[in-house]
Amino acid sequence: MNGIIGRKVAMTQTFKDNGNSVAATVIQVGPCPVVGVKRKEKHGYDAVQLGFGETKPKNVTRPLRAIFEKAKVPPMKALKEFHTEGKEQLKPGDWVNVEIFKVGEKVNIQGVSKGKGFAGSIKRWGFAGGPKTHGQSDRHRAPGSIGGSSSPSRVWKGQRMAGRMGAANVTVKNLEVLEVDLERNLIVIKGAVPGPRKGIVFLRRST
Amino acid sequence: MELLSSVTARHLREDIPQFGPGDTVRLHVKVIEGEKERIQIFQGIVLQKRGEGVSKTFTVRRLTGGIGVERIFPLHSPNITKIEVRRSGNVRRAKLFYLRTKKGKKAARIAEKRIQP
Repeated sequence: MNGIIGRKVAMTQTFKDNGNSVAATVIQVGPCPVVGVKRKEKHGYDAVQLGFGETKPKNVTRPLRAIFEKAKVPPMKALKEFHTEGKEQLKPGDWVNVEIFKVGEKVNIQGVSKGKGFAGSIKRWGFAGGPKTHGQSDRHRAPGSIGGSSSPSRVWKGQRMAGRMGAANVTVKNLEVLEVDLERNLIVIKGAVPGPRKGIVFLRRST
Repeated sequence: MELLSSVTARHLREDIPQFGPGDTVRLHVKVIEGEKERIQIFQGIVLQKRGEGVSKTFTVRRLTGGIGVERIFPLHSPNITKIEVRRSGNVRRAKLFYLRTKKGKKAARIAEKRIQP
């Protein structure tokens, strides 16, 4: 298995063997039940579908409830397919836990970033804004020109402007695994991970 | 929070003496020079303590040749082999940044804390 679902607990710091402190994120991962297995012959690709976060049956839709019942697992909050090589011996009803990752391994972590709301061009795109002095008024955080007047006489598609920022799918690649706690199903990752505390994150082994 | 403390508990040190801002401490710090590892002494006045848990740090200020040198150490750093509290100062605030603007023998200006009998 090369992926698993988790919930971000919090950030903290730990000390490495050489005494240096490193920023770390604690993630509660699994145990995740196998809800479904996709086979190349039948579905066109090989994958294992995992669930995470037990919930009440009334909180999942009826079609989903049937899927969980078929796999004989309790209803789960999150469902995610992880592509595999097709060599996995997992069946629906099996459980996957942190064991799949080892200390020192690199993982890619995907999550939904914190929403920033409607953000201006300075925060969203790193624009410089206008001069702070020399008689400026109302231009401090303005985006500046957004295009020529006679040519092209319109605004280019993709012009970076103010708008909704964050709350998007973000993947951070090659994060180091610092610690694995099998007893508590915790994994400690070096650095930051997208999303708020208690946010659902997907961990995949880096290739 | 419980889950978090289970991760950090391992890194917390229990051999840290009680000290606070205004105290003069003598630190034995591990220094790695190339292949060799040796102990360096850093002695000065504690300006502040901040943070919680493993992230707790303290700032030490000392004067070397009339120039103030400040170093910030993680309280639970494994690189600190020993913390000796040399003198406990009687100060009335938690952050002693005002010492930076004082000149001369400011260390002497901090009166020693009188131990309650």
